[in-house]
Amino acid sequence: MTGPEPLLEVGDVAFSYGRHQVLDGVSMAVGPGEFVALAGSNGSGKSTLVRVALGLSEPQAGEVRLFGVRPAQLKDRWRVGYVPQRPVVVDQLPATVEEVVASGCVARRGWARRPRREDAGRVERALEVVALTELRRTPIVELSGGQQQRAFIARALASDPELLVLDEPIAGVDADSQSRFRDALVTRCHTDGVAVLLVSHELGAVEDDLDRIILLRGGAVVFDGPPADLTAEGVSLGVHHHDLPMWLEHPR
Amino acid sequence: MSLPLPWPFDRGYMQLALASGLAVGACAPLIGTFLVQKRLSLMGDGIGHMAFAGVAAGLLIGVSPLWTALLVAVAGAVTIEWLRLHRRASGDLALAVFFYTGIAAGVVLTGLAGSLNSGVLTYLFGSVLTVSPSDALSICVLGVLIVGAVAAIWRALFAVAMDEEAARVAGLPVDALSLGLAALTAVTVVAAMRVVGVLLVAALMVLPVGSAQRVARSFGATLRWAVVIGMGSVVAGLSLARAASLAPGGTIVLVAAGAFVATAAVDLGRRRGRPA
Repeated sequence: MTGPEPLLEVGDVAFSYGRHQVLDGVSMAVGPGEFVALAGSNGSGKSTLVRVALGLSEPQAGEVRLFGVRPAQLKDRWRVGYVPQRPVVVDQLPATVEEVVASGCVARRGWARRPRREDAGRVERALEVVALTELRRTPIVELSGGQQQRAFIARALASDPELLVLDEPIAGVDADSQSRFRDALVTRCHTDGVAVLLVSHELGAVEDDLDRIILLRGGAVVFDGPPADLTAEGVSLGVHHHDLPMWLEHPR
Repeated sequence: MSLPLPWPFDRGYMQLALASGLAVGACAPLIGTFLVQKRLSLMGDGIGHMAFAGVAAGLLIGVSPLWTALLVAVAGAVTIEWLRLHRRASGDLALAVFFYTGIAAGVVLTGLAGSLNSGVLTYLFGSVLTVSPSDALSICVLGVLIVGAVAAIWRALFAVAMDEEAARVAGLPVDALSLGLAALTAVTVVAAMRVVGVLLVAALMVLPVGSAQRVARSFGATLRWAVVIGMGSVVAGLSLARAASLAPGGTIVLVAAGAFVATAAVDLGRRRGRPA
């Protein structure tokens, strides 16, 4: 194989919850600087695949490599930034946006160490990327859902990761936040060279920026290629057309 | 020998109570802030009941109840957290199992010891006015250890309490930090036993935090306010208890509850005054 080594590589992975097979022989990879979307209908196994890829769940078969090693063996975990599906915000949590974002630096500098000057710089840059600098001292519970989601993206960016994994980050987010979210991802991916794996079925906001789309159905990959190949089949990624969800349910 | 402090802390026994109370008033809300954030507000209560079993065991076998309570409370707290982390039981179920097992074991061991003696009551309801200089020293040493540990790792504890999964992916030692927090909770409960009693110890872990959340606008400020309110409740509670001959443990907790009501009222007024 030529080209750079993938940052994330999943080979023939199978995973089941009891008798329910969720992933069945899934293989995929994300290379350096790539902007990849992982899409599929509800229950297709997207979130499970992400959990397996990040080492949060152990597959029953197959192999996962993060930066060339098994996830459990990866020492510099800060190289992976992760935005989980619907992060929990405790109703009365008075943490500021800045405190939430700064918590993303803790693992990189060492969990018992005090923040250093470079940590402040990373937090500053992450806040700028998601356009939340002016709200840095605002308690996160006072932000809208979209702004909170951007704060959690900034938290994932604060360790300067080489691979950013986002699980349904724009579900239920307003149009303005979707646009800022798109700008943030494109900046990190195409300007800074950060690889992005975006799990979503609302790909309209990033349609023109994606290098590849991976589609899952019934726990198996049914498409892996550039968006142009998909649109050539007459499938639109626009969020208002609902073409992609329809195609996933009933492929032509 | 007593220090030249003004009333109500002019007597030696009040000064020992003040020192013990301030140590507990500082460290209980510090630990409680993380428990509240993790939605484990009742953890202190559950561990308190296990500590009661440890106290009863100590009285039965003639060993200092402080150390047997510490042993049982730390073992129980770490087990509860391990069960929760490994999804063997939900957080509240694990707590309930240990809660009732602890209190039942305490009752049985107390019965074996002969009768419900005053030693047990001292730990159930607290008896801060009778702490000896060595008790006060032990409580203060435990308090300093807890405050020092939290000062060193609060940012990591905050990251884990806010989002365990993201912290795990980032490479933080989530299991070790969670088990460490559970152990610190147990140490806090044991340190607070003589001040407010095992039945009320969770109140000092939760009420000042609830008040602080109403007035603070950052996590760091919540930690600081919670400590100030916890220590303030101890000073005001001890003063009121001496002035009106009230039970000091209960009075301290009632003052903390009063602070919670007051801050909640102020917060409510502020929200109503804010434009929609």
